[in-house]
Amino acid sequence: MTLCDLTKGGNQVTMNHESHIRTPGIRASEIRTSAQGPTRQKPLDSEISITVRDYSFFYGAQQALFNVNLEMPEKQVTAIIGPSGCGKSTLIRNINRMNDLIDLTRHSGDILVKGQSIYDDELEVTEIRKRIGMVFQKSNPFPKSIYENVVYSLRVSGQNNKDFLDGVVESSLKAAALWDEVKDRLHKSALELSGGQMQRLCIARAIANRPEILLMDEPCSALDPLATAKIEELIFKLKKQYTIVIVTHNMQQAARVSDYTAYFYLGSLVEFGATKTIFTNPSKKETEDYITGRFG
Amino acid sequence: MWLTSAGLAIGLAMIVCILSVIFTNGIRIFWPPAVAVFELEGESSDGFSGSAAGVLAKKQFKMVHDSENRKIEEWQIFLGNREVYGTSYKFFERSSIKDIRYPRDILRLERREYGDALVFPVSLKSTNKERVLFGASGFEETFRRLVQETNERWKEVHRIEKREIGLINHKIEKLRLREKSLRRRGLFAGEQKRALEEELGRLQNDYQVLADKARYLRGAQDNVCLSYRLSTGQEMELSIGKIVDFYFPNRLGMAEKWQFFFKRLGRFLTEEPREANTEGGVFPAIFGTFVMTVLMSLAVTPFGVLAAIYLREYAREGFLVRTVRVAVNNLAGVPSIVFGVFGVGFFVYFVGGTIDHLFFKDALPTPTFGTGGIMWASLTLALLTIPVVIVAAEEAIASVPRGMREGSFACGASKWQTIQRIVLPAAAPGILTGVILAMARGASEVAPLMIVGVVKLAPNLPIDGIFPFIHLERKFMHLGFHIYDLGFQSPDSDAAKPMVFATALLLITLVVVMNLGAILIREHLRKKYATGAF
Repeated sequence: MTLCDLTKGGNQVTMNHESHIRTPGIRASEIRTSAQGPTRQKPLDSEISITVRDYSFFYGAQQALFNVNLEMPEKQVTAIIGPSGCGKSTLIRNINRMNDLIDLTRHSGDILVKGQSIYDDELEVTEIRKRIGMVFQKSNPFPKSIYENVVYSLRVSGQNNKDFLDGVVESSLKAAALWDEVKDRLHKSALELSGGQMQRLCIARAIANRPEILLMDEPCSALDPLATAKIEELIFKLKKQYTIVIVTHNMQQAARVSDYTAYFYLGSLVEFGATKTIFTNPSKKETEDYITGRFG
Repeated sequence: MWLTSAGLAIGLAMIVCILSVIFTNGIRIFWPPAVAVFELEGESSDGFSGSAAGVLAKKQFKMVHDSENRKIEEWQIFLGNREVYGTSYKFFERSSIKDIRYPRDILRLERREYGDALVFPVSLKSTNKERVLFGASGFEETFRRLVQETNERWKEVHRIEKREIGLINHKIEKLRLREKSLRRRGLFAGEQKRALEEELGRLQNDYQVLADKARYLRGAQDNVCLSYRLSTGQEMELSIGKIVDFYFPNRLGMAEKWQFFFKRLGRFLTEEPREANTEGGVFPAIFGTFVMTVLMSLAVTPFGVLAAIYLREYAREGFLVRTVRVAVNNLAGVPSIVFGVFGVGFFVYFVGGTIDHLFFKDALPTPTFGTGGIMWASLTLALLTIPVVIVAAEEAIASVPRGMREGSFACGASKWQTIQRIVLPAAAPGILTGVILAMARGASEVAPLMIVGVVKLAPNLPIDGIFPFIHLERKFMHLGFHIYDLGFQSPDSDAAKPMVFATALLLITLVVVMNLGAILIREHLRKKYATGAF
């Protein structure tokens, strides 16, 4: 399904799944993907990287995501914004099936990466995670050397050729804008770095395996403005090679950094579109309220 | 509020008290005391009169229940020369001692039998009637040289008997077993029989040669005698071969006393025991304790860590897991003798008996593994200490931050890879602490050992030069048991008392050293793996 199809056939999609939705307080007609109106503009040449289709997610008895339909374009930055508890972290953690680690969770619907479902029985979870890198809110370098941190995902894949690893370390750290600062102490402990450096190391680690997609769950919320700026700059450069999905509660950051923005509220996707449109001319009132700060 | 600090103070005071009692009593036996000659008035109750050469051991008071209810002061004096006086220690009433002198000429002999002797030397006599008188110059050098020679010769005899003859005995034993096995299978005839008997003959020849050599050397030990006079006037002779060491206690300067102290200490730690364990050193006990502790740790660590990993990482939290955890914690409270009984029943009789039946049938009815030995003792103690390791390992694994695990999963690692590469190294300090605490606890348990493999005197060490080098079926000696044996099963408990304290001091030191080692390793690992989270 391409974006155009959805735009046209949006109403159909709406009707089929009404019965599955439990909507706490928001009118059913409002919780739909942005099928109505010209809220979505797709650059002509890009393809879709991640497709979230009718996806609902449950922590035990509690539903956290309500029938989300979303398409994230390749080699673009998609920001997911919304107030706390709206399900943005849940969604992003499901893309690389990190929530599988939590007991008693279940989902309905599907998530596809480049057309292939991540829940395919024949696909190993570890394979999915090697193709999708993730950076967390609180940087979590391993208590190993900087070198070992970067090559970790290659080592767990069985890749131990020293020359190859050396090359990967250099290119990943350069791509993460950390090479110059650490090239002389690659074998020192990663825990000696500053907060901003640690997060960049985590980014280098996440891209070392050349994944297709990079997921970033509020990567700058624990950092000072200078370090944040460095990472935002990094994201600009990285999007040439990777599809990036970034969750952020900082709207200015979303506006600065992303090409597309999705606004979530209480587990449902309220609106999705090109960032410029969302921030200058949102089609939903909720979106506008949130963005202008009247709420959220 | 002061109650809390008072509690701490009392606890500390008790520890300091017990340590200093053991320390002062234990360290004292290595220090050379001055020897006095006590002039006695009249006769003691058992006919002892005249002068007594000895070392003051203890002063005490005795109540005499006659018309006046007097308190009499008594002195316990170490006289030595046990073969003459019957005992080494004797009590004298203070009032019967009329003079105390410290003669420079009194000599203290450390002997191979009957303990120490306090004597006045007269001369050195050899079989060819040569004599060196005590007053002559060169007496001491000659004496020292002779004692050294005899000590060397004893070492040679020991080596021949223990190592070389031991090796031959080992080979003869193997031949006998082979013969038995062949007979059992009906193959003991013809060529095989002749070859075996030939080899047996050869080995017995070798044995004879060595035995003759040993006998010759032993004879040489009696070539020279020391003739001496006791403080009571009695004259006696002693062959030099029976003397281990000697010194003039009243002639030592401070430096020489320190030298003597450290020499004695060194010998205590490196020599074998003599005289029903009341003399000599405790080296076999140290070695046995060490080997057993190492084997126990090798057994307990993998099982404990794997169990902890399963409980923490793989098992679903539920009734079963909680029950297992409660059971593990309670296991730590079971009395250690119960583990000993379990060890005997299960390891020794069941497993050991089965092994004997399967692999060592020819040696039966003499049991190889069907009796106590160092392997069964180590396994029994491993069972005893496994709860400590499991609890410590579980704590350590649980305290690895979630963020680290998530980072590993996000990089595409499987659960086992995450455990192996991230969780275990980060939990290593805690796990190591648990293992070393287990070691310290295991090294000090005595009750279970008594029935699974520890003996009063072991003929050989569990590790020696004979293939397969580690003999897991051998019985061994142990410091804790040594203390018990000295304290309660010695023929002469007064003579054993100093050794009890010294050995107890050694055991405490060993445990303290192990705990300090634990702390150091843990600190090192903590620095290496400290996460930014703390």
